Amino acid sequence: MRPVYLDNNATTRVDPTVVEAMLPFFTEQFGNPSSIHSFGASVGQSVKKARQQLQQLLGAEHDHEIIYTASGTESDNTAILSALEAMPGRDEIITSAVEHPAVLALCQHLEKIGRAKVHYIGVDSLGRLDLEAYRAALTDKVALVTLMWANNETGTIFPIEALAELAKEVGALFHTDAVQAVGKVPIVLKGSAIDMLSLSGHKLHAPKGIGALYVKRGARFKPLLRGGHQERGRRAGTENAPGIIGLGKAAELAIAHMADEQTRVKELRNRLESAILQRVPNCFVNGDPRERLPNTTNIAFEYVEGEAILLHLTRQGIAASSGSACTSGSLEPSHVMRAMNVPFTAAHGSIRFSLSRDNVPEDVEQVIEALPKILENLRELSPFWAGVNKGPAAFKPVYA
Amino acid sequence: MWDYSDKVKDYFFNPKNAGALGEANAVGEVGAISCGDALKLMLKVDPATEVIEDARFQTFGCGSAIASSSALTDMIIGKTLQEAITITNQDIADFLGGLPPEKMHCSVMGYEALQAAIANFRGEEWHDDHEEGALLCKCFGVDEGMVERAIRMNKLTTIEQITDYTKAGGGCLTCFDKLEEVIAKVNADLVAEGVLAAHEAYSIGAVDAADIKAKAKAKKEAEKEAAPPTSPLTPASPLPPPSAGMTNLKKMRLIEEAIEEIRPYLKKDGGDCELIDVDGSNVMVSLTGACTGCQMASVTVSGIQERLIAKLGVPVRVIPVKAHAH
Repeated sequence: MRPVYLDNNATTRVDPTVVEAMLPFFTEQFGNPSSIHSFGASVGQSVKKARQQLQQLLGAEHDHEIIYTASGTESDNTAILSALEAMPGRDEIITSAVEHPAVLALCQHLEKIGRAKVHYIGVDSLGRLDLEAYRAALTDKVALVTLMWANNETGTIFPIEALAELAKEVGALFHTDAVQAVGKVPIVLKGSAIDMLSLSGHKLHAPKGIGALYVKRGARFKPLLRGGHQERGRRAGTENAPGIIGLGKAAELAIAHMADEQTRVKELRNRLESAILQRVPNCFVNGDPRERLPNTTNIAFEYVEGEAILLHLTRQGIAASSGSACTSGSLEPSHVMRAMNVPFTAAHGSIRFSLSRDNVPEDVEQVIEALPKILENLRELSPFWAGVNKGPAAFKPVYA
Repeated sequence: MWDYSDKVKDYFFNPKNAGALGEANAVGEVGAISCGDALKLMLKVDPATEVIEDARFQTFGCGSAIASSSALTDMIIGKTLQEAITITNQDIADFLGGLPPEKMHCSVMGYEALQAAIANFRGEEWHDDHEEGALLCKCFGVDEGMVERAIRMNKLTTIEQITDYTKAGGGCLTCFDKLEEVIAKVNADLVAEGVLAAHEAYSIGAVDAADIKAKAKAKKEAEKEAAPPTSPLTPASPLPPPSAGMTNLKKMRLIEEAIEEIRPYLKKDGGDCELIDVDGSNVMVSLTGACTGCQMASVTVSGIQERLIAKLGVPVRVIPVKAHAH
C-alpha cells in the first residue's frame, strides 16, 4: 500500500535539500554565532544569509525585520504581548473567532486576567470576516489587531493588506498569523501596513522548532524573552543555527516553487475536490471557494462522523485530518466549523485534505478511488442516512 | 489518533449485524446527530421465550461508537431479555478489550439503547423520557437518571469521569453544581452499601468547576479550541442583587432591550429570536432559523434567560413558543 500524505497544513516533510543544508551546522560548524572567533563568525555569516533568504520570501524591506523564534506559537504570543506593553493607554485587542489556538487561547487568557478587552470578530458561512463588525470595533482604544492570513482548517484567506490599512487609521498595531500562508501565497510586506507577521518553519518544508516573527522597522516592540543580545535584543537565547539555516533554505525553495504551488498543486487540489463532489453524494466544501489557499480543501460529509472516515482512510494509507470532535477528544466540533455555522448534519463529518508540492497525481487518484466506498459503507451504518439527497431519516431517540 | 484495541478495530472495520432489521419488534434509539453520536438498536425477540433471535444496529459516530454497537449485538444474540438486561456498559467495554477513558460514553450509549429497546418490547416507557427540567446537561441532552446509572454501574468518583462516560459536562459545564450533587449522593449510597470506600467518595467542593474547564481546554488546545466567549449567551458572572420595585413598564423595556442586544449574536449564527409576550416572570420568545436545532435551542434559551436575569436583577423564566403565523 502506497502511503499518501495529505495533511500538509498539520506539518510538511522536511525537504532533503533543507536537511542537507542544515547538517554541517550540527557537526563542524558548531560555533556560537555570537562569538567573535572563527568558529562563531562563519556560522554568523550563514545565519545572516538565511535571514536574507527569508526576507526575500516575505518581501520585507530589511533583513533585520526578521526575529527568529522557536515556533509560530511563540511568534504569535510575542506579537500580542509586545503590542499590549508597547501601546500604553490602549488595552483592546481585535481578533477573529476562527484564529488558531496560538492566538485565541492567549486572548482568552488576557481577557480572563483582566489585561485586555478582546473583540472576536465573527465570520459568515464561507468563513469570510464580518467587515462591518471589524470596522465597528476599531477605535483608538485598540492596541493590536491580530488576524490570520489563511485559516488552517478551511484555507480561507482574509484580505490582510486591506484589513491592516483599516487598523492603521485608528493607530493600532497590526499582526497577522501567516503560518498557513507563507510559502503558499505571494507576500510582499514592504510598503504594506502590516506591522508584524508570524510564520512557522515546519509548515513550509523546514524542520519543527524554528519560527519567525517579522516586525516592521519602526514598529513599537517589546521582547518576550529577555537575556542575551541575540536578535538585536529582541529575542534572547542562543540562535538555533541549524534551524535558521534550514528555514532560510526552505524559504529559497518556497520562492522557487511558488508558481508550482499556485498551478500544479492547485490543480491537484481542484481535481481531488471536484471528483469527490461528483462521486460522493451529500457533501459540500467548507470555506470560501474563491479566496482560498491553493493546497487546501475541507469537505463536509453529511450523516457520517469524521473520525470514522479518517480511520478508514488511515487503513488505506491515506493521511488527512478532521475538525470532528471525536478525533480530538473534545466533544464538540471545531470552533471554526461552529463559527461558520456549518449545519449540524455535516459539522461532525468534515475532513481536511491539505496538499503540498510533494504530492503527485496518483495521490489524489488514490483518495478519489477510496473515498466513495468508505462513505457509502459508513452511511449504510448511519441511522440518519435515508438515501441520496433525501434529508435525515426519521430517528426518534428516547433522548436527544 | 486513539489507541484502540484490536477488537475495537476489528468490530469497526468489519462490523457485524449492521443495517436495518425489518422484522424488529424491539427498537431503542438514543443520541442525536448534533451531539456527534447516535444509535438505533433493533431486536427480533421471540415473544414466547423472550430470546433475542436477531439484533442489528445503525450508528452515527466515531470508531468506538460503531464498534460498541456492533459488539453489543454480538453479545446479546441468543440471550433472553432477562439475561441481556443485566449487561452493563462496562461489560461492553470489557468485551472489546477496553476503551479509551474519553470514549466510555460510546459503551454507555450501547447500554442505554439496549435498555430502551427492551422497554420498547415490553411496552414500557424507558424512563429517560426527558422533561425539559429533568435534563441535567443541556449541551448533550443527558438526564439525571443516565448520570446516576453511569456513576453507580462504573463506580465513578470524579466529575471528569462523568463526562467521559456520559458526555454530561463536556460543553458549557453550567450543570457542574448538579453533577456534584448527583455524584455525591450516589457515592454516599455506594459507601453505605459497602461497594465504595469512604475515602474514594466524591465530596462537594472537592474540585472547582473552573479547574475542570481549564483542564478540558488545555487538552483540546492541541489543535481545536472552544468558541471564544464573545457572545452574551455564554454563561455569565454572578448575578447582580435584585432591584426592588420595578414597574411593569420598566421591566418590559429592559426585557425588550436585552432581547435586542442578544439578537445580533443569534443572527450571526444564522438564528433569531423575537419577544412574543411577558406574563409575570415568564418571558415568551420565539426562536427561528438555526436556533431551532435540538441541542443548541436549549443552550440558547438558557443563555437568553441568564442574560435577562442579569439585566433585570430578578429571576425570570424564558419559555420558547411558536411564532405567530404571518
